[in-house]
Amino acid sequence: MNKVEASMAGTVWKVLVSEGDVVDSGQDVIILESMKMEIPLSAEIDGKVSKIMVNEGDFVAEGDVLLELVGM
Amino acid sequence: MIQKLLIANRGEIASRIIRTCREQGIQTVAVYSQADLEMPFVKMADESYLIGEPPVAKSYLQMDTIIDVAKKVCADAVHPGYGLLSENATFAQKVLDAGLIWVGPKPSVIAQMGDKVTARQVMIEANVPVVPGSGEIVTWEEAVHIANQIGYPVLLKASAGGGGVGMVLCHSDKQLEQHFATTQKRAGMYFGSSAVFLEKFLERSRHIEVQVLADQHGNALHLFERECSVQRRNQKIIEESLSPSISQEAREKLYQTALQAVHAVGYYGAGTVEFLVDQQENCYFIEMNTRLQVEHPVTESITGLDLVSWQLAIAEEKALPWKQTDLQPQGHAIEYRLYAEDPVTFFPSPGKIEVFSLPEGAGIRFDAGVEAGNTITPFYDPMIAKCIISGSSREEVLTRSRETFSQMKIEGIKCNLPLLVELLDHPDFVSGKYDTTILANRKGK
Repeated sequence: MNKVEASMAGTVWKVLVSEGDVVDSGQDVIILESMKMEIPLSAEIDGKVSKIMVNEGDFVAEGDVLLELVGM
Repeated sequence: MIQKLLIANRGEIASRIIRTCREQGIQTVAVYSQADLEMPFVKMADESYLIGEPPVAKSYLQMDTIIDVAKKVCADAVHPGYGLLSENATFAQKVLDAGLIWVGPKPSVIAQMGDKVTARQVMIEANVPVVPGSGEIVTWEEAVHIANQIGYPVLLKASAGGGGVGMVLCHSDKQLEQHFATTQKRAGMYFGSSAVFLEKFLERSRHIEVQVLADQHGNALHLFERECSVQRRNQKIIEESLSPSISQEAREKLYQTALQAVHAVGYYGAGTVEFLVDQQENCYFIEMNTRLQVEHPVTESITGLDLVSWQLAIAEEKALPWKQTDLQPQGHAIEYRLYAEDPVTFFPSPGKIEVFSLPEGAGIRFDAGVEAGNTITPFYDPMIAKCIISGSSREEVLTRSRETFSQMKIEGIKCNLPLLVELLDHPDFVSGKYDTTILANRKGK
């Protein structure tokens, strides 16, 4: 299991994947928006998106888990 | 006469506008979000009203709520500042429909200049040179054909994109072929539209803009240029006037072209015409900003004019009292933008400002939006203050800048001050011979 966490406080601007999607390591999965800057967050492993904890527009704090991946 | 002004903005620019109003005896009304309760502009205004939650969509972009406040408090004019609703033609029209004075140009002109494709078209018709480029492109064969017409290198851009996101530099047919499909896909994913277009990439170009002031009686003047080539992520960090790097001939051409653009659209108010200037000093129109610019204090320093005051006068239908030859630039000025961000990665750094100590003295101006004890929230632009240094020569300004920075103390948040200090020793910045690649090329980056 692998988690994608918010690198800083901000708003979830885009969720680029859905639960069940297969993603590659390095692929952008969520884009945060903080202080007018878009911050892409990528998967650290090849795997399947098992759970998405946030919706677009949600406000998140630094370190919040946004998405979970299961390694393939 | 404007007697009570509502400021539909926040931070340093709201404070800046309030200062001019105080000098002129104009009452001020601030509107603010829950995140900004403790900010200086809320306390500085004569009246302040909470208009919503922290995200801009729920407060500072709530047009009807803002106009309701203006009507309720019997304001007679609305100043939009920069960013937020300042270039929103719908808001400008709503302000006018409510019987209030809009401190800005006609809504139709805002709309025309806000649409990049239309603005380009208008300028081509007015004989203003634009960066060679294309309309929307669907297939990569089409892209290669057009790229060869314009000549490499080219920038492949998402039509709906901005701020450098969804933009790829291509030097050959092969690179264009490689990036075309992925750029379309990215554009669709990020911006909801897969439309892309091409623009000629001008290598080692400079970003120079001309400040204009035009009244409602057909008089238009330029207030010289600002050199804005020090940028990160396509956002400006340092601006100076005059530009240290262009010839007098190119300078005159910029002024004339800017005024041509102003007359072409029937512009009035304070505005800025932005250009890219290539190595051969060819000038290409990029866009027109139909509002007060962040870096306007640089121009104020070398002209002695208060641009906010003239915006209000123009909105009151007063005529500009000068001829172009009456205006002469005095000395030199440089503005440094202070951002709450990591000076190396440029990532934003929200948090509480524990210490915020700025020196005072001749030739030193700070336009700050915060004070010690304020918390920088993730909701807004990371710019916390501007430092404007002026003097009789560029050398004097650089020396004064170094002294000023050595006395500044900002603690609690990360700030780009170390980057500014580093730039003051960058040989290209010191010599004035720099272009938009100056930050990308610095060591360790």
